[in-house]
Amino acid sequence: MKNALGSVDSVLLLGGRSEIGLAVVERLVRDGARRVVLAARGDAAAIGVRLKDLGAEVLVLDFDAERPETHERVVAAAAEFAGDLDVVVAAFGVLGDQAAYEADPVSAARSMAVNLGGHVSAGLFAARRLREQGHGTLVVLSSVAGVRVRRVNFVYGAAKAGLDGFAQGLGDALHGSGARVMVVRPGFVIGRMTAGMRPAPMATTPEAVADAVAGGLRAGAETVWVPGRLRAVFTVMRALPRAVWRRVPR
Amino acid sequence: MTFLTGWGRTAPSPATLAAPRTTAELAALVAAAPPRGLIARGLGRSYGDAAQNAGGLVVDVAGMEARWSLDPETGVVTASAGMSLHDLMLALVPLGWFVPVTPGTRHVTVGGAVAADVHGKNHHVDSSFGAHLRSLTLLTADGTGHLLRPGDDLFWATVGGMGLTGLVTEASFACVPVETSRMSVDVERTRDLDQTLERMTATDDRHRYTVAWIDLLARGPRMGRSVLTRGDHARREELPRGADPLAFAPAARLSAPPWAPGGLLNGLTVRAFNQAWYAKSRERRVIQDIAPFFHPLDFVDGWNRVYGSRGFVQYQFVVPFGEEATLRRVVSRLSAEGVVSFLTVLKRFGAGTPGMLSFPLPGWTLALDIPVGRAGLAGLLREFDEWVAEAGGRVYLAKDARMRAELLPVMYPRLPEWRKIRESADPGEVFRSDLARRLSL
Repeated sequence: MKNALGSVDSVLLLGGRSEIGLAVVERLVRDGARRVVLAARGDAAAIGVRLKDLGAEVLVLDFDAERPETHERVVAAAAEFAGDLDVVVAAFGVLGDQAAYEADPVSAARSMAVNLGGHVSAGLFAARRLREQGHGTLVVLSSVAGVRVRRVNFVYGAAKAGLDGFAQGLGDALHGSGARVMVVRPGFVIGRMTAGMRPAPMATTPEAVADAVAGGLRAGAETVWVPGRLRAVFTVMRALPRAVWRRVPR
Repeated sequence: MTFLTGWGRTAPSPATLAAPRTTAELAALVAAAPPRGLIARGLGRSYGDAAQNAGGLVVDVAGMEARWSLDPETGVVTASAGMSLHDLMLALVPLGWFVPVTPGTRHVTVGGAVAADVHGKNHHVDSSFGAHLRSLTLLTADGTGHLLRPGDDLFWATVGGMGLTGLVTEASFACVPVETSRMSVDVERTRDLDQTLERMTATDDRHRYTVAWIDLLARGPRMGRSVLTRGDHARREELPRGADPLAFAPAARLSAPPWAPGGLLNGLTVRAFNQAWYAKSRERRVIQDIAPFFHPLDFVDGWNRVYGSRGFVQYQFVVPFGEEATLRRVVSRLSAEGVVSFLTVLKRFGAGTPGMLSFPLPGWTLALDIPVGRAGLAGLLREFDEWVAEAGGRVYLAKDARMRAELLPVMYPRLPEWRKIRESADPGEVFRSDLARRLSL
């Protein structure tokens, strides 16, 4: 469990291939975490090697965000391996392309099933486990895209808006149980998911997100913005008139 | 659910709190243990998470009915485990008996003293609490009571076993006859660490109780300068005529304010305190009451709150004799880093007990209090853990709130043996604590 100085022993990463998720786990392992479960789709055995080199025991589990009926089993298998789950990082998601979603509404609905629906079942099952433990933090990778949904990526943004609201509500539901939810709202993250895109202002990196998450865990934060000044920026953004907001290019 | 912490006030966790009055009620709680198990909690003086059990049951034993008896021929006291050493001193000192071992506070229960195998300023002569035990009554996971004696494996798994073998309900231990309730104390100052170690080694066996307080913020040639305090129970003829030799009435306690700003104890205030303490400690020989000699901090109720809302960690380790270089390395690193430790205490340990997870071993033990929040503290203490383990030493579990599980088998080589005995006494892991989970005990 989280010790007096804020280090943790065990981490479950839902979305075991997520670049941000792996950066967070690596950071926690460097700070002392020793048991890691990577839950990912398909054969993901190779991704744990680096963490093993850092001294962690790693279990890789099959995890499909689109099959909510399997999520309870994933959380149970993770707990069987790691004991108490000190941190659960829910990092899975797909970005997709807004124009393609508009051309193929079925694919848009499917992305919603991953980016929102999958988090609802996985998050609730993880929260149930944390509540029983009486401790632990569910770290939910939201995005500034969900803080105020923009014309240019509103399918993805709507899922993140839903996820953000879900995570806040879940955090409130866990209040007083010892378990908690930490909502992480990065801006544009330079990495594999955004390869080929021109970085937005105040772009960040998976490592910077990992640092912010580690700091937030130590401090027991409920919300973490990366970079931190996006909190102030979005206070203004939320107040912009619709006519201006719908023209925000990206 | 109630959120509990240890004395260091770090890492709170919620548990259901039960306060049984009788052994029968205690047995009923064990029989109906929840899936997350249960752990006994006395007066909450363990610094870390030893008496916490997130999501489970914590059994407050301090309010259980108090029973004690004294055999005036042998000085053997039998006491219920929820009684505090404070209660026992109030009863025993006027009769001319003193507890065999007292830690730096008398507000610990008998059960806690057994579970942590506590030590005091007389360790170099008298070893730890477990060495004085004649028998224990242990309520095990199956709900039955067992009278254990020092020949039993379960006895030495329980002494120092951090409450994980069962609930101690009663203990018998040999007390020490005293002629008075006062201490004859002498104070000496040393100029640096070498002289501290040298003077302690040369003079320790002349006194029953010895300890050194180190000014950790002194640097350069003064690094490790200390105030040595050595004492013995005063004899009747040392007291002024007319004094009641066995009067024992510790002064009423002050209360620390309910809230203190974080950072109140910073480099400046602690340095000032340390300098003042060193300066005021004139070399002298005095007669002192038991309480100020053994338990100076007990005068301020809740002194742990002074560290602010983030709390503090106490780091205590021991290294064997011959490993003074490791001790020196730690002290110089702390001094160089300017680590703020309000009270840093050095003590020479004598022989340990056969307690499988007991902390003391013959060597030097250093204890420091460090407020949480200092950048790099986790890494620094982890480095110390490694030095200590490499030197054949260990960290004290009753103080620990942050160690990693992997060094535990190195520091406590009898851990496998302890685990085996524990597993047969408690196969379903009914007795669980946050400490046990964190360290995979």
